[in-house]
Amino acid sequence: MRVEIVGGGPSGLYLGILLRRADPSVEVRVAERNAPDATFGWGVVFSEETLGSLRDADPETHLEITDTLARWDRVDIRYRGRELRSRGHSFSAIARKRLLEILQRRCRAVGVELEFGVEVSELPEADLVVGADGASSHVRRLGEFGTKVEAEGSKYVWFGTDHVFDAFTFVFRETEHGVYNVHAYPYDEGMSTFIVECPIETWLGAGHDDMTEAENLTYCEQLFARDLRGRELFSNRSVWLDFPKVTNTVWHDGGVVLLGDAAHTAHFSIGSGTKLAMEDSIALANALARRGWDVEATLLDYELERGPAVERTQAAASESAGYFRRVGSYTHLEPIQFAFNLLTRSGRITHASLGIRDPRFTRALDARFGRSPVSPPPAFSPFELRGVRFENRFGLEPSGLVAVSAEGRVTPETPTIDEWSPPSGQVLLQLGHAGRRAATQPRSVGVDLPLSEGWPVVAPTRRPYGPFSAVPGEPDEAAIREQFVAAARRAGGLGVDVLELDMAHGYLLGSYLSPLVNQEDDRLRFPLSVLDAVREVWPRVLAVRLSMADWHPRGNSVSDGVAIARAMAEGGADLIHVEAGQTVHDDRPEYRRGFLTALSDRVRNEARVPTLVGGHLTTIDDANTAVAAGRADLVLLDLPTADIDRPLEASNRLLQAGVSR
Amino acid sequence: MNVGVGLPTTTPGTTGELLLDWARRADEGPFSALGVLDRIVYDSLEPFAALAAAAGVTSRVRLATMIAIGPLRPTGLLAKQAASVHALSGGRLTLGLAVGARMEDYEAAGVDSRGRGRKLAEQLAYIRGDVDGDRIGPARDGMELLVGGMSGQAFSRMARYADGYAHGGGPPRAFASAAARAQAAWADLGRLGQPRLWGQGYFCLGDAGRGAEYLRDYYAFTGPFAERIAAENLTSARAVKDFVRGYEEAGCHELVLFPTVADPEELNRLAEAIA
Repeated sequence: MRVEIVGGGPSGLYLGILLRRADPSVEVRVAERNAPDATFGWGVVFSEETLGSLRDADPETHLEITDTLARWDRVDIRYRGRELRSRGHSFSAIARKRLLEILQRRCRAVGVELEFGVEVSELPEADLVVGADGASSHVRRLGEFGTKVEAEGSKYVWFGTDHVFDAFTFVFRETEHGVYNVHAYPYDEGMSTFIVECPIETWLGAGHDDMTEAENLTYCEQLFARDLRGRELFSNRSVWLDFPKVTNTVWHDGGVVLLGDAAHTAHFSIGSGTKLAMEDSIALANALARRGWDVEATLLDYELERGPAVERTQAAASESAGYFRRVGSYTHLEPIQFAFNLLTRSGRITHASLGIRDPRFTRALDARFGRSPVSPPPAFSPFELRGVRFENRFGLEPSGLVAVSAEGRVTPETPTIDEWSPPSGQVLLQLGHAGRRAATQPRSVGVDLPLSEGWPVVAPTRRPYGPFSAVPGEPDEAAIREQFVAAARRAGGLGVDVLELDMAHGYLLGSYLSPLVNQEDDRLRFPLSVLDAVREVWPRVLAVRLSMADWHPRGNSVSDGVAIARAMAEGGADLIHVEAGQTVHDDRPEYRRGFLTALSDRVRNEARVPTLVGGHLTTIDDANTAVAAGRADLVLLDLPTADIDRPLEASNRLLQAGVSR
Repeated sequence: MNVGVGLPTTTPGTTGELLLDWARRADEGPFSALGVLDRIVYDSLEPFAALAAAAGVTSRVRLATMIAIGPLRPTGLLAKQAASVHALSGGRLTLGLAVGARMEDYEAAGVDSRGRGRKLAEQLAYIRGDVDGDRIGPARDGMELLVGGMSGQAFSRMARYADGYAHGGGPPRAFASAAARAQAAWADLGRLGQPRLWGQGYFCLGDAGRGAEYLRDYYAFTGPFAERIAAENLTSARAVKDFVRGYEEAGCHELVLFPTVADPEELNRLAEAIA
């Protein structure tokens, strides 16, 4: 058995060690393009979990690595002149150069052949060829892997400094050009990694494209002089980069397999690149041993084992990259909320899980919401809007669509405002006109199935909504606006606290907002006129339900949705109820748990308007996390109903019993 | 969760006699449903023909297409075929529909594959909306409708027109993630209650080599994924038990296990494994 490993980074060297350890009769050669002591980058990060895997895989390297590690358990967040500290985040880092030395020495000890300064232009002859040659892998170009490489996130530059941070430190600095942020962490007793990042607009505004390497370094050194405590930044070919997100549909082609960054990258802001790469080496070596060195079966096992874990990490990393890309929109948040939003950016930490790591932090967070040192979690905190008090963040009872007229009903079962009487509790009266989605069969049968004997439907288009839907007629705008006003007046006498105008999901007002439906230039004209007219007669909380995006290539994007939300807020809306899609029947939605939370985050923080959001939030923890991070003000929960005799779901049911009135 | 079993309509060597024998045994056994797959360019049986045959020798099990590729058939004909099997079986059809994954099936059927998603939506609206129900019988009352597929559009079509979701197979974790998407779509479209969730897997409790060989051949059109699918074949009673448990935990209502070897003994082995 002969294994050729192309690329002498951590994953390639580590694989070599593990293979020789498993079977000393295997010939293993590592071919590296650069010299043994050439390395780029400063420190690399490991989690406790990764260290555990390294210990199990090869105790000797584990011992040497842990001897030199810098460890921390704190994340410090420097923002608006304050430093917030969160504990319980056990991580460690090592100088990349030191890690390579350890691995190279161990390779030699176990008999891995190491060659440096070797350019591999064609695939070597071997039973197994491993492409461990990084994000711009050459081996990858010699096979069929379905490779996709695209830039993600902001501009970034990777420095070292001799200021030794004593925790993982995020620094946020507002400048006239926008926000810069730093990811800094110690990696040995004398040095720290210091990555500076900023959105492209900030980068161009500050003129970084015209600066030399030395000028850039000086600029960053001055900008963060206080954080560096007067120490220096060091460059190691430190130039501004775009992060390449690498994905491959398959990781092996015949007897050639990809490892680490060659197979997949994960944005540096979650610090998982080296961890994923070395875990790949462990999985591949284990699979080879388990499969008795049957290469085909091994490579399949390796992909099946690593694929899902890598995909999850990549998804979290992309969320994190997006957060830093939008960092400027969060600077209105007060420090503790800003910090929690940052900590929960990738979806891997929630209110509940942070509460286990760092109960002091969540207690402070809860206290800020509850305005008392001992407070329940944020979803249980009161909220006030236009003089209306909400006892908690999830108790609002949506009415379901109530039509302003018989013509505006979705199905014959839809109540009109004249028939509707409010249930008990704090009600969200959802007032609307179904437009071209009216006159359909009951929802127990399906949705958008036209009645055989329906009534005429209206919309700002002649195109029917879906298959077999009726051709819409022209809306009588003045009359419909008057129906909304009359309905709002009637609601005023029914003790309703929150009135919502339905401008989402392709109902009448929503259909005006989308270029997929409405061809007029000023698409907000009629919806805003309805909002304006209702605002005149409705003194309490007025919400607008909006599809924040059409989920269609020619429809409204999220940015368009944010602009519409901003216009609605300026037009008198107090609250935006965040929805998405259904503007047209053949949109391309992205359903998952909490699929609307990221949209709510964007509206709330970019348009700076309070939001209400649902989107299949299935736990109280989802609500606590969304509210605490400033992604929403109010939520609609979708708690699963479960039988008490199914123990796994019993806790959900108990929770639900606890929160329903 | 109920456990059903697939009819061996796509495995080599299935005769009419074997198919009927298989259906009879399944109807007597612990299984809740008989499932069929749909493919034109392969040595396989047409799903509605196979279910019609099974309808004649069974009285209890549901008969399910997991899935049938709707757009390969003109809409009126699809509705007619489904309604006929439903009537012949005394109202036991579960009609799972999706757009399928093989362009060669569309070519062979002489159907343009472009616009297949739109056509499926039309077919679902036609069948569920009872558009021609007064002219084209038999009645389709009680016919359960499922939609399969992994795209966002598949989930919204499911929630808009169907009673539930037909998952395409994979480990329980993959099913759980698809189930969450189905539930999110269901609530987003304002449907009441929960979608019915159907899952599927492959098993071979006899000659595992033959099972793997069949899967590699059947899924050759997926390129490198054929090996993955073959590797996930359930080849021991322990693997079947774990899989069944995993699907149950993930909220599956009906799990249909498809044979990879057309040997009636496989039914007994599966019955024992899930007992």
